[in-house]
Amino acid sequence: MQKVTRSLGFALLAALLAVSPAAAQEKVKIGFITTLSGPQGVIGEDMKNSVELALDHLGRKVGGLDVEIIYGDDQVKPDVGKQLADEMLKKHRVHFVSGIIWSNVMLAVAPTVTGAGTFMIGTNAGPHDLAGKLCHEMFFTTSWQNDQTPEAMGKHMQDQGLTDVYLMAPNYAAGKDMLTGFKRYFKGRIVDEVYTKLGQTDYQAEISQLRAKNPKHVFVFYPGGMGIQFLKQYAEAGLRNQIPLYSVYTVDELSLPAVKEAALGQFETRYWSPDLKNAANAKFVGDYRKKHNGKTPSFYGAQSYDGILLIDSAIKAVKGNLSDKKGMIAAMRKADYPSTRGKYTYNVNHFPIQNYYLLKAVQGATGLEMQIQRTVFENHKDSYSQECGMKW
Amino acid sequence: MLLVLEQALNGLQFGVMLFLMAAGLTLVFGIMNMVNLAHGSLYMMGAYFAATFLTHTGNYPLAVLLALVATLLVGVVTEVVALRTLYERDHLDQVLATFGLILFFNELVAVFWGRAALYTSLPTWLGGHLQILGIRYPVYRAVVILVGVLVALLLWVVVTRTRLGMLIRAGATNRTMVAALGVNIRLLYTVVFGFGAALAGLAGLMAGPIYAVQPGMGEQILIQVFVVIVIGGIGSIRGALVGALVVGMVDTLGRAFLKPMLAAVLSPTAAQNAGPALASMLIYLLMAVVLAFRPQGLFPTVRSR
Repeated sequence: MQKVTRSLGFALLAALLAVSPAAAQEKVKIGFITTLSGPQGVIGEDMKNSVELALDHLGRKVGGLDVEIIYGDDQVKPDVGKQLADEMLKKHRVHFVSGIIWSNVMLAVAPTVTGAGTFMIGTNAGPHDLAGKLCHEMFFTTSWQNDQTPEAMGKHMQDQGLTDVYLMAPNYAAGKDMLTGFKRYFKGRIVDEVYTKLGQTDYQAEISQLRAKNPKHVFVFYPGGMGIQFLKQYAEAGLRNQIPLYSVYTVDELSLPAVKEAALGQFETRYWSPDLKNAANAKFVGDYRKKHNGKTPSFYGAQSYDGILLIDSAIKAVKGNLSDKKGMIAAMRKADYPSTRGKYTYNVNHFPIQNYYLLKAVQGATGLEMQIQRTVFENHKDSYSQECGMKW
Repeated sequence: MLLVLEQALNGLQFGVMLFLMAAGLTLVFGIMNMVNLAHGSLYMMGAYFAATFLTHTGNYPLAVLLALVATLLVGVVTEVVALRTLYERDHLDQVLATFGLILFFNELVAVFWGRAALYTSLPTWLGGHLQILGIRYPVYRAVVILVGVLVALLLWVVVTRTRLGMLIRAGATNRTMVAALGVNIRLLYTVVFGFGAALAGLAGLMAGPIYAVQPGMGEQILIQVFVVIVIGGIGSIRGALVGALVVGMVDTLGRAFLKPMLAAVLSPTAAQNAGPALASMLIYLLMAVVLAFRPQGLFPTVRSR
């Protein structure tokens, strides 16, 4: 009899421990995958700085819990990204995986993470598969679906009545999404569509081809180092003043200091800009500049900062109970946190419904900077959400 | 037709850059029997030095000269400190050690100059355009071609007409014999390595204004340089020249004309998909074909041990 009581007592104790995880000082672990080495490492540096700034603003706690961040360097390689995710899931037992710049890396990592029942909070790449057929309740993003930003540029150029456009992008998942998005809203004549190798450094051959086709306008997507090289060589070829160049994710706060005049007057579309007027953005941009010698953060940073705040809002909503995944999903769907882009909502596929602006590179107070010219889309939804089976 | 000519010039320019890299690498490989993966790092150092000296002096020719000397010094120091101990080891050890050097140099550059790309603007007298046979061609790229051809000629003279060249050729054929004849082979190695480093530095500093100067820029070109050497024949300068020009042409013309050519036979969508993929594989396919028919490359050096 005594034995039975004792085992009952143990059982009761175990049950008590199981239902009150918050009582034990739990720590939230976040794995953050980005590119930290090589030419694209400059993007990862900006994202990491912004994550650290978010932690500073939150008093080094996320959702009231102590936090441990494990950074991983994917080297722009999908296989390395997947290995990192596996290590974070199995060895570090993280509660969230966040970050990821490249769509091809994201396509390798996201299913691994969500398949293991862990949250994937994307802070850049938005390949169309994850917005449509492969959407998942454990996947959220604080950025955009790839097609959306070029859709805004397509709309803008359509509104302006421009035609004879020459399209260029690197040959990988996001490059294809970008041109697809552009063509969804641009209905004028397209002279040619050219895909180059991902990470290509010399565009002289492609620029010669472009000149021979004599288009009236050029639209490109060249993120990171590729954009710097392309813009330089486009200017060097003397085309800058001949054929107006429009782009997405090519001229940003990271490439402007390097390309300088070669980007002056450049048009881009984007959902965020350092000069976007709201309290959260002023705090983010201001403190970032203070902490990093006046350097202006990029949209990569803004999204990563938002990612940490989104996680923070979810953990607060479930009062630190990290096993309440349903509760955290419900909380994140509200996007109830001070985002740097201002208030936005989530679509059924967990991609933001947000505004898109036309930006121009102009000579500002701090040198060359991107400034908002007009709003192209208000509360713009991506085009794949109806393919996503999620209901809420 | 004009377009083909313009693309051929672009191919020539790329080939010349590859040659400057390949010449140094193939010499080091042929004479010292040393696989130096860090050759791309010297190219990167050349670009960084030129960018830095240009901002400090504002004088382009002076900056070029200083950058060449600085890269040569970095090369010599690397040889004396790190590589000397590796000559007797097998190739795998050399690959490991020089791969380590790549990581070292990339981080070193990130520490001193930061990860963000540097922008080097050209002096105005190099920034314009030439009219060559009705083609509007950038002056700077034309200068790159010219410099490359001059260096190739100079190398030819040095290797075939001077005592140093004789030693280099002798060292490539049978280095034990050269050492037995009383030649200071250590010094010869250091000289050759420094020479190769300066050539890589030259390629790097000329690449700077065209490409972005950034950590890891050397690895992007290094893979293509290895393709050049394999096609040309390891240790052969002539092979490096021919290989570089062939690779430069094939890569450039492939990128430019493969898609239109495929579109003539296939459907436009199929050409759109296959064209860029095939164009980026072209030089590797070429290498595979050369390896299948002439495994020792187009111009193999006769080596006796």
